Amino acid sequence: MTNNPETPVPDSTPTRTDAGPAEAVVAAPDATDAVVAPDATDATDATAVVAPDAPAGPASLDHGTFTALVEPRSPQRLELERGVWHQVSRKYLWVQRITSGIVFSILLVVVLVLVLALGQRWALIPGGIVTALLLWDFLLQSRQARAIGYQLREDDLVFRRGILWQRMVAVPYGRMQLVDITHGPLDRGFGIAQLKFVTAAATTGVAIPGLEQATAETLRDHLVAVAESRRTGL
Amino acid sequence: MSEPAPPPAEPAPAPDAPASAAGGPAADATPNATAPALAEPAPAPDAPTPPPQELVRSPLSDGEWHRLHPLTPLLRGGLFLVVVIGIIVANLRDRLVFLFLPVFAPDLPAEELEEWEGSGDPIDFIVVNDLYLAAGIGVLVVLIGLTVIFYLSWRFHTFRITGDDVEVRSGILFRTQRRAPLDRVQGVNLTRPMIARLAGMAKLEVVGAGTDANVKLEYLSTVNAEAVRSDILRLASGRRLADAQSGSAAGGRTRMGALSDTVSRGITGLIEGDEAPVAVPDSVVHIPVLRLIVSHVISPATVGLLFGIGAITVGSVLGTPWLLIGMVPAVIGFVAYWIRSIVRSLRYSIAPTPDGVRITFGLLTTITEIVPPGRVHAVEVSQSVLWRAFGWWTVRINRLTGRSLSESNTDQFTTVLPVGTLVDVERVLRLILTSVPEAEWPLILRQGVLGPEEDDPFTDTPRRARLLRPLSWKRNGFWVTADALLLRRGFIWRKLAILPLARLQSLALHQGPLGRALGVASARAHTVAGPVYSALGAIDRVEALRLFADASAGTVRAASVDRSHRWAEEQV
Repeated sequence: MTNNPETPVPDSTPTRTDAGPAEAVVAAPDATDAVVAPDATDATDATAVVAPDAPAGPASLDHGTFTALVEPRSPQRLELERGVWHQVSRKYLWVQRITSGIVFSILLVVVLVLVLALGQRWALIPGGIVTALLLWDFLLQSRQARAIGYQLREDDLVFRRGILWQRMVAVPYGRMQLVDITHGPLDRGFGIAQLKFVTAAATTGVAIPGLEQATAETLRDHLVAVAESRRTGL
Repeated sequence: MSEPAPPPAEPAPAPDAPASAAGGPAADATPNATAPALAEPAPAPDAPTPPPQELVRSPLSDGEWHRLHPLTPLLRGGLFLVVVIGIIVANLRDRLVFLFLPVFAPDLPAEELEEWEGSGDPIDFIVVNDLYLAAGIGVLVVLIGLTVIFYLSWRFHTFRITGDDVEVRSGILFRTQRRAPLDRVQGVNLTRPMIARLAGMAKLEVVGAGTDANVKLEYLSTVNAEAVRSDILRLASGRRLADAQSGSAAGGRTRMGALSDTVSRGITGLIEGDEAPVAVPDSVVHIPVLRLIVSHVISPATVGLLFGIGAITVGSVLGTPWLLIGMVPAVIGFVAYWIRSIVRSLRYSIAPTPDGVRITFGLLTTITEIVPPGRVHAVEVSQSVLWRAFGWWTVRINRLTGRSLSESNTDQFTTVLPVGTLVDVERVLRLILTSVPEAEWPLILRQGVLGPEEDDPFTDTPRRARLLRPLSWKRNGFWVTADALLLRRGFIWRKLAILPLARLQSLALHQGPLGRALGVASARAHTVAGPVYSALGAIDRVEALRLFADASAGTVRAASVDRSHRWAEEQV
């Protein structure tokens, strides 16, 4: 796990001038919001300003991502009435699968050594249980990855994940203390990264996994820029 | 005067101005409004802005580097010295015994005395070889070495208070420099441990926002510490702008005018007792000592102890009497725990000051803390079931104590009312939650603290989900006001969490399979770490989504109008 050295400290950014892509991203969610429900927001001032340069945004965030969000089937599920969910990259699923594959092969080797070389037949029982759990997890991974989503609303970021155990968090941009981009060795191989939004509360726990490297950086710049303009106290 | 007041049209960026001034050297070059009165040599390029003169009372907070009290190393190294002396005494014990034994027991045979000798004691070695001079020189060298180290560490330990931050430099070989920006000050506390108190000294701690982020000035004389604290708070309050505006009306002052100003201010200060170190404001809450003791004794831990004693008694009656011996250490431990916690909460007082709430605790080690407004991230009013008959409550808060996680005694910094009646609770809440409108107080106390009655503003658990909260489902609910989120929980152990929206970091909704089947969800508000539990389960799904929308919008709104990091700026 390596921290990206470019990860900005919020205070270092006011001088940033290359706001081109970031601006486009800023425009995107608001514009799409406006398309879906033009009058539903209690927006104060921002919606009108950003409408013109809308088209550039979504493509840069939604490149190579899943396109359909998986949600619980029950009508009693938690869901927001409007807004566009951005999803994570398809490559994330492959990283997850390979990770489980590695775990499974290590398990296999351990069990085989125990059973064949050392004659410990009992190892088959825990080995079998863990294999079943891994298989179950493997089957769910595809749906779980499709259930991760985030919305860039006007004043806050909404993050959701989980199907059976659904979780949805709203973090105002102004609460951002720093944005962390992390990628492990496998992530690097696939060119994806995890973006962590850190606030003063340790429990916030907004970590968006499986973003394309470029998306993660665009998103980071966008978040830093927006947080800077809405900075609040602790 | 030259520093413009923030334009009222743009509320959001305005508070950043002081913060960026603290960060960038470019901003430091801005001529300070009040600097002309000081006749100073040309400042170095990185020299910070000195604090405005009319705001500081203490000569120690004039923007220059100062040293701490000369006795500091002795007090800080005091423990170390005690340990060393203890080791020496322990090693010399035999020697001392040997010295005095013949006096007290003159008829002891001589050969036994000789056995005591020759045991490899270094003192014996010195005596036998007649090395008094060498030993004397050794002791002298150690003493001189200690003195030099103490002197150097005192000499290199300096602090300075500027218009933007508090800085401390220390260390001889490894230099440390630590700086706390004033607009992130979470509180200033004055700790007076027993020994330091006898010497008339105190430890000043500027609480920063972060883990292990405190800037400590230890030790200052008590008078200086009080003065420096009020200076720091006055500077942090942002009163500078307001004062600068009113000062600009007077126009160009002469030096004579400035002098007479200073003098008259001093006299006014004397008469009004304004921020004078001795003027301790009266506490709004008085806890009788008896109540404090009883409240500590009547605690769940005590119930556990009684059960334990009962079990042991039964066990010993049934045939294993030696079990009784096990009771002794348990009881001793408990009594020690009670005494410690009672002594810590004695002399409790809480009072308003111009710069925040002043809370004092402790009989032997006195801690006085001033928490500026807007530094409270969550408040919890709770009542143990054992206290119910007495009508006692306790109030705890989540705040940034700036302590590292390993420091365990953050209790004193998070308990604002150890035990009190409902009247006391109201007084304390009014002090620490200044933004709550007057009309909401009766509702908060009657409905929130005490429980649901007629026309309850709280949204409670729906009837269909009452199995999830079999006892408390009528009480378990939330209420979003204009600037706070209130979570009411518990039928047996009543709790009310009040979360100012201006401090709320984020908000989450959770829903598991059972919740989905019943159409409910749980909400969790995220604040800085602390004792307040800020989650609420089993609320109607639609209501939870409404809470999610309302509280998110309210948080953004409250944060954008929040001015409390420079809390006195708008007062002119």
